[in-house]
Amino acid sequence: MATRTIAEGISLTRRKRFSETYIGDWIMTIDHKKLGIMYIVTAFFFFLVGGVEALLVRTQLAVPNGNILSAVQYNQVFTMHGTTMIFLFVMPMLTGFGNYIVPLMIGARDMAFPRLNAFGYWVVLFGGLFLNVSFLFGQAPNAGWFSYAPLTELTSSCGINAVVCTPGLNMDFWALGILMLGVSSIAGSLNFVATILRLRAPGMTINRMPLFAWMTLVTSFLLLFSLPSVTAAAILLLLDRHLGTHFYQASAGGDPLLWQHLFWSFGHPEVYILILPAFGIISEVLPVFSRKPIFGYTFIAWSGVAIGFLSFTVWAHHMFAVGLPLVAQAFFATSTTLIAIPTAVKIFNWIATVYGGKIRFNVAMLFALGFIAMFLIGGLNGAALAVVPFDYQVTDTYFVVAHLHYVLFGGTVFGIFAGIYYWFPKMSGRKLNEGLGKWQFWLMLIGVNLTFFPMHILGLLGMPRRVYTYAGNLGWNELNLLATIGAFIIAVAIMVFLWNFIVTLRSGEKAGSDPWDAYTLEWDTSSPPKAYNFEVIPTVRSRRPFYDKKNPEIADWKTATH
Amino acid sequence: MPKFRGVKRWATILSALFLSSILLAACDQNTPSILNPKGPVAAKEAGLFWFILVVATIVFVVVEGMLIYSIVRFRERPNSPAPRQIHGNNTIEMIWTIVPSLFLFAVLIGTIYTMFNLSDISGQGRTLQITVVGHQWWWEFDYTNDGIVTADELVVPVGTVIHTTLESQNVIHSFWIPQITGKTDVVPGHSNDKLFKADTIGTYRGICTEFCGLQHAHMSFLLVVKSQSEYISWLHNQQQAAQTPTSGAALAGYKLFTGSGGCVSCHGIVGVNLNSSDLQHLTAKYGGITPVGPNLTHFATRTSIAGLVLSWNPQSCVVSTDSSGNAVIQNQSACGLYQWLHDPQGVKPGNDMQIRQLSDTEVAELVAYLEALN
Repeated sequence: MATRTIAEGISLTRRKRFSETYIGDWIMTIDHKKLGIMYIVTAFFFFLVGGVEALLVRTQLAVPNGNILSAVQYNQVFTMHGTTMIFLFVMPMLTGFGNYIVPLMIGARDMAFPRLNAFGYWVVLFGGLFLNVSFLFGQAPNAGWFSYAPLTELTSSCGINAVVCTPGLNMDFWALGILMLGVSSIAGSLNFVATILRLRAPGMTINRMPLFAWMTLVTSFLLLFSLPSVTAAAILLLLDRHLGTHFYQASAGGDPLLWQHLFWSFGHPEVYILILPAFGIISEVLPVFSRKPIFGYTFIAWSGVAIGFLSFTVWAHHMFAVGLPLVAQAFFATSTTLIAIPTAVKIFNWIATVYGGKIRFNVAMLFALGFIAMFLIGGLNGAALAVVPFDYQVTDTYFVVAHLHYVLFGGTVFGIFAGIYYWFPKMSGRKLNEGLGKWQFWLMLIGVNLTFFPMHILGLLGMPRRVYTYAGNLGWNELNLLATIGAFIIAVAIMVFLWNFIVTLRSGEKAGSDPWDAYTLEWDTSSPPKAYNFEVIPTVRSRRPFYDKKNPEIADWKTATH
Repeated sequence: MPKFRGVKRWATILSALFLSSILLAACDQNTPSILNPKGPVAAKEAGLFWFILVVATIVFVVVEGMLIYSIVRFRERPNSPAPRQIHGNNTIEMIWTIVPSLFLFAVLIGTIYTMFNLSDISGQGRTLQITVVGHQWWWEFDYTNDGIVTADELVVPVGTVIHTTLESQNVIHSFWIPQITGKTDVVPGHSNDKLFKADTIGTYRGICTEFCGLQHAHMSFLLVVKSQSEYISWLHNQQQAAQTPTSGAALAGYKLFTGSGGCVSCHGIVGVNLNSSDLQHLTAKYGGITPVGPNLTHFATRTSIAGLVLSWNPQSCVVSTDSSGNAVIQNQSACGLYQWLHDPQGVKPGNDMQIRQLSDTEVAELVAYLEALN
C-alpha cells in the first residue's frame, strides 16, 4: 500500500460537499460567467419551445380551413409563442450576454451583487417552467401576450355566458408568471446598473465604456422604470379576477382602456428592451470585423439614451384604433416619428463603420450585416405604422406581424446569433464551425424574408392577426403557404446551428484568448476566463483598451481625443 | 461579379412573385384589399399607403445600396491596406440626422393632415345613423331611426354618409371594412363614432380585428351597398312583421321554433315574440328584453350565417317530403343552414348556440320556416 500524506487522506475520506460536485457547482454558483451561460442555455431552450409553437401556428395557417389545431389550442399556442419569445427567450438571452460579457468588458471581477444575480436566474427558470406547466393542465394562457382586459377578466357574467371571459386558470398562469419574471428582471437590472456605474476598471470613464455596456445600462433603466406599470396592471387583473374588484370592468365603473395604457406604457419600452442590447452587440461586432473603430461612438451611445427616453412617450401608438382624441393621436404620431430619428442615426453610423474597412466575413459579421439589412425593413414598415390613417387600416393585421418580426427576428435574433458566434470562443474556448455557420446564416436570411415579407401583403389584403383559420376564397392562400415554407427553412437553419454547437463542443477548433483580433477587455484574458476574470485589472486609456495594448505605437489614446 | 448574378435572378423571381400575387389578389372580388378602396375614407388611407411606399422605397434603395456597396467595396482582399482608424465626423452626423428628419416630417405632415380630414365626407340625403354592437362573436346593427335591427349584414344605400356608433357589452372588438374604412375599436364603456361612405354598389367584407376570444377568427360581416331605391324597398320590407306560415313544413317549423325547439328563448322575431317597438333603440334597452341571439325577423334575406362561417341562400336548401311524409333537405352538404342547425358547436365551437341535438326532420322543418322569413 502506498503511503499518503495527511492532506490526501483527508480529501479522500471527506465526503464531497454538494457545491464541489459538477452539478452542484452549477446549481450553487454565483459566478457571473456560469450564470451567464445558464441564462443563455435556458433562453435557448425556450427559443426552441417558442419555435415549435411558431411552427404549429404556421402549419395551421399553411392552408385555408386548417385543422391541425383546434381554436382552443391555437389561441393557447399563439399566446405562448409571443410570451415565450419575449419573456423567456429574448430577455433572458440578452441578460445572459450581459451577465457574461459586461463584467469582462468593463474589467470587473464579477457583477456587483453575485447572489442577487443567481436569484434572478433561478426566478427566470422557475417562472418560465411555471408558465409552461399550464400546458399540462390544458390551460395555457390564451388571450395574447398583451392580454387585453376585459377578455382576460373573470366576471360574474361568466356564469351566464361562459365565453365572455377566461374562466380557467389560463390567465392566472400568465399574470403570476409575468409577476415572477418581473421580479427577476428588476433584480437583474439593479445589478447591471450598480455593476456598470461602480465596477469599471480604472480609467474606463462612462465615455470609454464599450457600447454593449452602454446599451445594457440604458436597457436596465428602461426595465426599472417600465416594469412597475405592468406589475401594477397584472396585480389589478388578479384582484379583478379573484377579489371582486372592477378596475377593468366598464359596467361597474372601471375602464378596459386602463389595462391598455398600463400595459403599453410598459410594452413599448419593452420593445426597445428587446432591441437595444442587440444594437450593442452589433456595435461590438461590426468594428472588429471591419478592422476600424465604431463610427460616431458618442452618437450611437446617446441616440440609445434618446431612444430610451422617447420610448416612454410612444405607448399609445399601439392604440390608434381605440378612439383616442385626434390631438392625442397626433401627439403619439409625432413622438413615434421622433424616435425614428435616433434609430436612423444608428443605422448610418453602422454603415459608416463598415465603409472604408477591411471586412472579414466571419459568421458573426454576416449576422451583424444581416441585422442592418433586416432591421432597416423593420424600421421602414414601423415608420409606416406611425402614419395614423394607414395604421387604422393595417393595425392588428399581418402587416404588423411582418413589422414586428423584421424587428425582433431580422433584428434581435440576428443580433443574438452575431453575439453567439462572436463570444462563443470566449465562453467555451472553441470556435463554432464557420462553414456550418454560413449555411445557417443564408438559410435564415432566406427563411426570414420568405416567412415575413409576404405577411406585409397579407395585411394589405385584409388578413387579421390572431385568427386560427381563414376561408379559402379571400386571396390569402398562396402567401400563407409561402410564409409557412419560410418558417420551416428557419427551422432547418436552427437545426444546423444545434448541430454546429454539438460538433464544436466535441471537436471544435481551439480558439485561444483572442481569436478575432478584437478591441475590448473581455479578449484580454484566457478563454474561458478564470473565475477571477483578470489576474491584474487592466488600466484603460481609450475606448479600445485591448487594441491599444496590441498596437502601442498607434494606440487610440495617442491619436484620438476621447 | 458572377457571385451576385444568381442572387439577382432570385431577387427578380421573388419580386415578380410578390407583385403578381398582389395583382392577382387585387383582381379577386372577394379579397378585402385595402388597395382596392370603394369609399372616400379607404381611398384616402390607400393614397397615404402609396405615398409611404414611394418614400420608403427610396430610403430602402439608398440605404441598402450604401450597405451593399460598403460590403462589396471594402471586403478584405489579399492586398487591401490597413484601414484608416476613423472615429467619426460631426458634420456627417448632422447631415444624416437632419436628412431623415426631413423625410420623416414630410410623412408626419401628410399623416396629421389626412388624420384630421379623414371623416370630412359628405353624401346624398340624410346621414344614416347606425349603432353597431359587437357580440361574441357576431355583429348587430341597430338602425337607430328606422326601427330595424340586423345581424352580420349591414345594408346601406350607396353614396350616403353612414354614422356608426360602436358599442360592446362584453369584450373589445374592432370594426373594420378594409375596402371602405380603417378600424375603430369597439370598447365596453366607450361609445366610439365612425363615419364612412360607400361609393360603389356591391358587397364588402367586414372583419373583427381585436382578439375577442375563442372564435375571433369567425366574426366577420358583410357590408351590402344597395342603390338608393333598392335600399328603400329593402328597408320597407325589413320594417314589416314576419308572416306566420299556415301550412306544411314551415308551419311545423314555426311550432318547433316557438315550442319544443326552444329557439325563442334566445332569438326574437317581430310578429312572434317581439313587437316592432321592441326594436326601437334596442341598444338602450340592452340587457333587458334583448334576446341573446340575432333577430331573425327577415332571416331569409340574409346570405350568411354565424359571422360568415357559412353561406346561406334558400335555393340551396330545398325542403321536400319523403315517402313517410317527413320533411327532408335534399342536399344536406350544400345547405349551410342545415349544417348549422344540425351541429352549431361543430361548425363554430364555443358559440352561444348550445341546443339539443335536432333530428334531420326537425332541422328540415326549421329550415322551411326560416326560408319563409323573407
